Formats: sequence, structure tokens, C-alpha cells
Amino acid sequence: MDTSIWRPILYLVGIMAFAGLNAAYLGWCERKGAGHIQRRTGPMEVGFHGLLQPIADGIKLMSKQLLVPQGVDGILFRVAPILAMIPAITSMVVIPFSGNIQARALELSVLLIFALASIGMFAILLGGWASGNKYAVISAARSVSQNIAYEIPMLITVITIVMMTGSMNLQEIALKQQGGFWHWNIFPLVDGKSILMPVSFIIFFICSVAETNRAPFDMAEAESELIAGFMTEYGSMGFGLFMMGEYLNIVVGACLTTILFLGGWDCPFGLFSGVWWFLIKIYILIFTFIWIRWTYPRTQIYKLLNLSWKILIPFSLVNLLVAAAFIKVF
Amino acid sequence: MSGYWEDVFGGAKSLVTGLAITGSEFFKPVVTKQYPWEVPTMVPRFRGHIELVRNEETGMPNCVCCGMCMRSCPSGCISLAGKKPEGSKKKVLTKYILDFTKCSLCGTCIESCNFNAIRFSRDYNLASTNKDDYIFDLLKRLEEQG
Repeated sequence: MDTSIWRPILYLVGIMAFAGLNAAYLGWCERKGAGHIQRRTGPMEVGFHGLLQPIADGIKLMSKQLLVPQGVDGILFRVAPILAMIPAITSMVVIPFSGNIQARALELSVLLIFALASIGMFAILLGGWASGNKYAVISAARSVSQNIAYEIPMLITVITIVMMTGSMNLQEIALKQQGGFWHWNIFPLVDGKSILMPVSFIIFFICSVAETNRAPFDMAEAESELIAGFMTEYGSMGFGLFMMGEYLNIVVGACLTTILFLGGWDCPFGLFSGVWWFLIKIYILIFTFIWIRWTYPRTQIYKLLNLSWKILIPFSLVNLLVAAAFIKVF
Repeated sequence: MSGYWEDVFGGAKSLVTGLAITGSEFFKPVVTKQYPWEVPTMVPRFRGHIELVRNEETGMPNCVCCGMCMRSCPSGCISLAGKKPEGSKKKVLTKYILDFTKCSLCGTCIESCNFNAIRFSRDYNLASTNKDDYIFDLLKRLEEQG
């Protein structure tokens, strides 16, 4: 491995820039997407087609007073927004953007990413608890039960992939899918893949929407019933960090879906594979996230848990068994 | 158990239908007007404040100063005056003031007019911080338009 000091520094700067730009401009994409789905224009005034809007919003958030209300748990209240942001950025370290763009090729990178995702959930729990506000506490409790419910089918689906690849290294999982779209994990039957792989993909995608607390699974910040949930007492950059963390989680979720199911940086036709294909795929997935948010209304918490326990978990277990059978037979 | 599969497949179908609707809306043209930058013209039946109608042949207002509009107005918004020039039988309008602060755009004045002398304008850019800006001199407005 390259031991030069420049490598970590360059990757640190690169990942921070990628994370910061995504966190800022996905907000703009979200507003534009929402606008066009509702046949509005979205932001138009600040810069060309509102392109400077995220910068203006950032300056506004940073210039506001960081308010810590009376009666909150001071330390946890300040730690929670940072905890929301850090795991999302840290996850980027092990994501292989292409065959040779990866900060650190860990053997257990899949495990690391899911461990960090659980810390992201802790940020919501701590933020809600520390606020000392009943809406925030209800939101924190909801988000924990939701995250537990959706982590199970997600991890079972990942186990299916890990079983087929025989590795927990994201780089290796992506390398196994090179050479055209029929090798990707989403498509069944080639290379001894289970016939139910498309179902796995859909389960994984639904779970990643739920894990990132996006609509229609945004029970944690159901504004019509819980004001803003765990973010109720936050303002200024505390709120800003939560928002950025949320958008980064979407990016990480899209990256993970791309690597596990869509062949990573592989070109569908076997030409010019590289980081651009990876970026195209993750932005298509992120557009789908936005599209879903502005299509479906928020579900009830009961229906949300029913969907996970009654449908997703049994389906993913069947998937696992079928995949094991295919590995044994072929 | 049959209810379960209906739930799963029926639900999945309705989700896809929803996505198809929003997806097709995404590519349709936007309907928002960027108001201060592009000023849309109002529809023909829009009710702005009233304005005087010019006679196509003479270029003068159609008004004969009968005062029907002034009398019919429930809020007393309109005040007008006219005088007979030397050697003429008809009155000529000299003053037509509309107090738009009291007008409710009911249109009774237009209905009561027998000479097609007033109509609704299509002006809507009327914001102001000064109340006096809403006392319109419609005769002056007609001259400025001419």
C-alpha cells in the first residue's frame, strides 16, 4: 500500500468536498425536483436557476445564533448534530468509487458501513432525548423502532449478496460484477445468481429509503403531528448538520445500492468503465429517492412496521434460502 | 392468505401507478409565471378598476355625463362633472374621479351605463403604501393612454 502522506490528505479533502457539495446541492435538486413534479419551477431567484441558493441558505444558517434552550441535556444536545454528520462522511472512506478510487480498501467494509449507519440512528435518538421535548422524544422512539424494523430485511439481503460473492469487501463485490449488465447482481440466473435477485434489490432499496428517514418513511420528522420531530429544538447550524447528515446518508445509501446490485463502476455494455458510470448510477438512484418522496404521502407508524415485519422480512428470508439453494446447485 | 397476496401485489401496482403519474408530470412544462420578470396579460373577463371608453370616431370619451354610474354606486366611489361648451347641445366630461379604496368591483356602474362609457380595466399592478394613490383620475388616465 502507498504510504505517502499525500494520499490520506488528498482523500480527506476530496471526500469532504464531495460530501459538502452533495449535502448542499442535493437540497437544491430536491427543491427543483419537487417543483417540476408539481409543475412549478423551484428556486429561480438566487443565481442562474437558483444555483446559488444552497450557498445563500448556508450563509443564513451559519449567521444565526446557536441557541441551547433551558432544560436540555447540554452535552448530548450539542453532540447529536455532529454525530449525525460524522458517520455519513466516515462511510465514504470505504466506498470504492471506481477500481482505483477508494480511500481505504477494508476487508470488512460492508460491516463497517452498517455499523456506522446505526450510529447515525443514535444521533436521532440522542437529539430527540436531549431536547427534553415530548415531540422530540416521541420522534426518537419512533425512529429507533423503525430503524430496527428495517435493518433486519436490509441485512438479510446483504447476507444474500455476501454469500454469493464470498466477501465482505465492497471492492471485491463490485469486481465480481464487471463485464456488462447481465453480470450485475440485480439480474437473475447468470453466474449462478438466485432467480429472486430483483426482489432483493427492491427490498434493499425500500429499506435504504426507510433507513435514511425519507418520505414516505419520515416518521421521525412527521411535521404535521410532531412539528419537526427530533429537530424541533434545533436551529442554525445544528439543524444544518442534521439536514446535511440526512442528505449524505442518501448518498451513502445510493452508493451502497450501486455497489451491491448495480455493478459499481461497471458500464452496462462493457465500454469505458469508470467513476463516471458510478456517479451516473448514484444520481439516478438519488433522483428516484426524490421522485418517491414527492409521490407518496407519509404512512402510519403501524403500517410502516407491518410492511417490514409482515412483508419485507419474510420475503428477504425466502430470498436468502433460494439464493443458498442456487449456490448449492450451480 | 389470499388477502395477503392481494395486499402485496395490489399495493405494488398502486405504487407503480403513483410513480408513473408523478414521473409524467415531471416532464410537462411548468405553469408558474415568474411574475415580476414576466407580466402576464389578464383574461378578458378580469375585473380591475373601471376605466372610461373612448369613442372610436371622435377620440373623446363616450360619456355624456348623465351621472347614472355616480347614482348607482352603492359605495359612492364615483364623482364626475361635465359642462356644455359654447354652442353645443351635449355635455362634455371635465372630471371623473374613482375612489378605489371604497370600490368593491360590483360592476353596478357598468350595468347602469346606457352609453358604453365605462368598462372594467385589466390593471392589477396596483400595490402602493399610500392611500391617495388609489384615488384615480380616470379622465387623465384616458388622455395618457391616448
